[in-house]
Amino acid sequence: MLDRRLIQNFDWVLLLLLLFEAGISILNLYSATYPIRDLGGLEIFTKQIYWFLIGFTVFFLMTTFNYYLLERLAYPLYFFAIALLILVLIVGKVMSGSQRWLSLGPISFQPSELAKIAIVLVLAKFFSERGENREYRLRDLWQPFVLTAIPCFLILKEPDLGTALFLGMISISMILIVKVYWKSLVIFLCSSFLAAPLIWFGLKEYQQKRVLSFLSPGMDPLGAGYHVNQSKIAIGSGQFWGKGFLKGTQTRLHFLPEQHTDFAFSVLAEEWGLIGSAVLLLTYLFIILWGLNIAKSSKDTFGSIVAVGIVTIVFWQVVINVGMVTGLLPVVGIPLLLFSYGGSSLISTMAAMGILMNISMRRFMFQ
Amino acid sequence: MIISTLKDKIKVLKTSNFDPVSSEVFGKQLKIAMIFVLIVFGILILRLWFLQIVNGSAYRAKSEHNRIRLHVIAPFRGMIFDRKGRVLVDNRPSYDLYVIPEEVQDRPQLLKRLSLFADLDSKHAGRILDKAACGYPFKPVCLKKGISRDELAKIETHSFDLPGVMIKVRPERHYFYEGLGSHVLGYLGEISEDQLRGGQFRDNKSGDLIGKTGVERKWQTLLNGVRGGEQVEVDAVGRRIEVISRRASVSGANICLTIDKDLQMLAEELLHGKHGAIVAMDPSNGEVLALASSPSYDSNLFIQGIDRRTWQNIVSSKDFPLQNRALTGQYPPASIFKIVVALAGLEEGVITPEEEIFCNGTFTLGKQRYRCWKKYGHGKVNLHRALMESCDVYFYNVGRRLGVDKIAEYARRLGLGNKTGINLDHEKGGLIPTSEWKLRRWGVPWQAGETISTSIGQSFVLTTPIQIATLISAVFNGGRIFTPQVTKWVRKTGGKSLFESSPQSPRNAGIRQEYLDLARNALIGAVNQPHGTGSKARIKGLAVAGKTGTAQVVALKKEKEKKSGSEIPWKFRDHAWFVAVAPADTPKIAVAVLIEHGGHGGSAAAPIAKELIKAYLQVPL
Repeated sequence: MLDRRLIQNFDWVLLLLLLFEAGISILNLYSATYPIRDLGGLEIFTKQIYWFLIGFTVFFLMTTFNYYLLERLAYPLYFFAIALLILVLIVGKVMSGSQRWLSLGPISFQPSELAKIAIVLVLAKFFSERGENREYRLRDLWQPFVLTAIPCFLILKEPDLGTALFLGMISISMILIVKVYWKSLVIFLCSSFLAAPLIWFGLKEYQQKRVLSFLSPGMDPLGAGYHVNQSKIAIGSGQFWGKGFLKGTQTRLHFLPEQHTDFAFSVLAEEWGLIGSAVLLLTYLFIILWGLNIAKSSKDTFGSIVAVGIVTIVFWQVVINVGMVTGLLPVVGIPLLLFSYGGSSLISTMAAMGILMNISMRRFMFQ
Repeated sequence: MIISTLKDKIKVLKTSNFDPVSSEVFGKQLKIAMIFVLIVFGILILRLWFLQIVNGSAYRAKSEHNRIRLHVIAPFRGMIFDRKGRVLVDNRPSYDLYVIPEEVQDRPQLLKRLSLFADLDSKHAGRILDKAACGYPFKPVCLKKGISRDELAKIETHSFDLPGVMIKVRPERHYFYEGLGSHVLGYLGEISEDQLRGGQFRDNKSGDLIGKTGVERKWQTLLNGVRGGEQVEVDAVGRRIEVISRRASVSGANICLTIDKDLQMLAEELLHGKHGAIVAMDPSNGEVLALASSPSYDSNLFIQGIDRRTWQNIVSSKDFPLQNRALTGQYPPASIFKIVVALAGLEEGVITPEEEIFCNGTFTLGKQRYRCWKKYGHGKVNLHRALMESCDVYFYNVGRRLGVDKIAEYARRLGLGNKTGINLDHEKGGLIPTSEWKLRRWGVPWQAGETISTSIGQSFVLTTPIQIATLISAVFNGGRIFTPQVTKWVRKTGGKSLFESSPQSPRNAGIRQEYLDLARNALIGAVNQPHGTGSKARIKGLAVAGKTGTAQVVALKKEKEKKSGSEIPWKFRDHAWFVAVAPADTPKIAVAVLIEHGGHGGSAAAPIAKELIKAYLQVPL
């Protein structure tokens, strides 16, 4: 299936960046689960290694076909994702009050992960068919709006505010990059500013609490405020060089909440200091810039916009998670992709990366 | 083959959809995006710089002395009062013994000393510590809950020799009168995994005790209150240095029941050693004054986490102490049901108050003979005497004239055969048979003979004591069917009302007052006139009305005929019923008493009803 030209065009930079990322993640997870080794920590650690192996397999599988296939599959995939999102509301597993997981025997996954990729693909199809040399007005954008609103609404029902907002941000970012007429942009911003109070009253009480505790951390000493305080202490106490591998006291003594998932970055920052955390952030930065470069050099609009969409996913997840653990943004429970523990997020990210690689490999095909 | 067609399609796509990206606009947009990304990452790195370099040493110091602990302040669960405001359930401080594994220097010695001061199995305690130490060395481990005052004093006095030991105080549920009203109040139990995941109990976390049955369960969310908490800085030995921030807990709402403590206590005393149930109700509004079920249990047992064996004993006991017989026990109403048949007969016009039916002791239908409880018969009886002396033959005749479906219609109108809707768990609906039901349930048509036994409340008829109490109330309050109430009000500690039992609009059974009066007079006669079956409930100077019932434990008639009274094995004896209302003209209390296998209603149940009425209306001896 892969001919020689494809292998020649193989994007080693992207692969190396991902391998590096996986290495740091596994190393950090070992430390994060070390204090609870005997209470299932070791299991978490080994499980994640398997997830990475599966993830890379998915990654390579995603490069084996021409990504044009995805353009044809965009809508079927999108409706499949919608169906799964509806299914999860009916038969999904309820965990701590929300229904996000679908179980298939021993494996369970979040359909919202698939929705992220699906929305990128349908929007890319929409914009590539319209041609890229135009500025969009609001009335041209009703279709992307509906396409985004449906999964957002379903995810909000679970309820999973963080992921719903995240999905919205992906599609808004993609729309902005394909260029919107500036007056439309102003109207849009104003109206969303006005809509903010409406959203506020639509939130569940605990969600309101989270936003409030972000605005004034003293208000909720028990919940999110405490977590962010401890996370800030962990990160800050890492200073320049860090406390050393397995030597983070915040991690060791269980001051950090969810240290192998949402707050995994704090563990790294405590043990490896500014050096370690900057290296991790720069890796993400390289992946993002490299992705934008792929978008730029892609030879067709669809591939280009898909690449942009995937980059958007990476960008916002990194910004939201790191912003959250450093106390810049509210705690919304979005994990750091490729870094936090969690199978279904990892697999979908690796699939997205595979698509990016696919686009990168085929950009010279038609020269 | 599929692949080849797919490949063809892709080829077509390749050529048709191929449009090189030469767009200036898009390129420019991507450049803007790159700059935006660089700026945002710049901000993130700056933020890290600010945390790790600018404030790094301050945070380092904080982490080194990080003993900021999160303490949960458990809320006080709401109190429960009786109708006169007397405390039934409150909270007491419970002292729990904790050890912080990391701070213990010499564990065997510590455990040895502890076992001197407190009743503690040092081997078991050692095992608990082993288990805990591998996980969270700084987290206090509970060795014993609810230590006694003596133990507390000794441990506190020697605290200097007991490094790593700490005492935590925790409000603990306390049922003031051991075992009183357990079936109404219910008990607490640890929240289950499913309940935690369900999201219904947002204010609770694992290990919390929540109401599992009764009032404790029905009002769980309001009783619970809201947990508070504080971030506390502690020093190396665990002493508090400073409370950094604090949120007070909010106590749960208080509940006032309609139950009268004294009456409830008396009811339980009277039931002691027997199996059965008592419901006392205010006929004018459906407020439950007492609701007792025997055998019972002590709700306090469940607080400290009931041990396996005690739980097994309670659950597997053949006496079913957890079962609330007043709501879930379904018994044939026996002669009590004659009230229903009488009212139905009058309303339907198949009988007049004056008509006399001759009772010679038997009633024949086809080849089957049905006996009256009085072997040689009552002679000529009218409605008044038939109810008063509980003549079976009279009601066989009325029942035959009415037919089963008419009987069923009036039984339902008078509140039988359906849940009363009382706000407590697991209420059963009982059973009022109809010919349609019989066909559906058993696939065979209704037999005429079954109507005969139905008309004296036997055959398939099943009722619960609470239904019978509602029925008798209706007879004396003008035919109004109230939903029984156990909660008067629920109020926050500040006094803000969350629930008030408002005078409800009862359902009307639709029986003419003159007929109700006839029934009422007959029931007064049953207690006060010569030959009345309920004479044991007679109280001097008070108009008590009542009706006996003796429910056969069917199918064992032959067993019974051989012997009499105490010779019959206990489990084959009849269930004894008695319902009573007093004062008959201005009713203040209605009582339904059921004694399982008690024998005859007039002798086993009527005296109990009498005691309750006497006590409640404070009739001098």
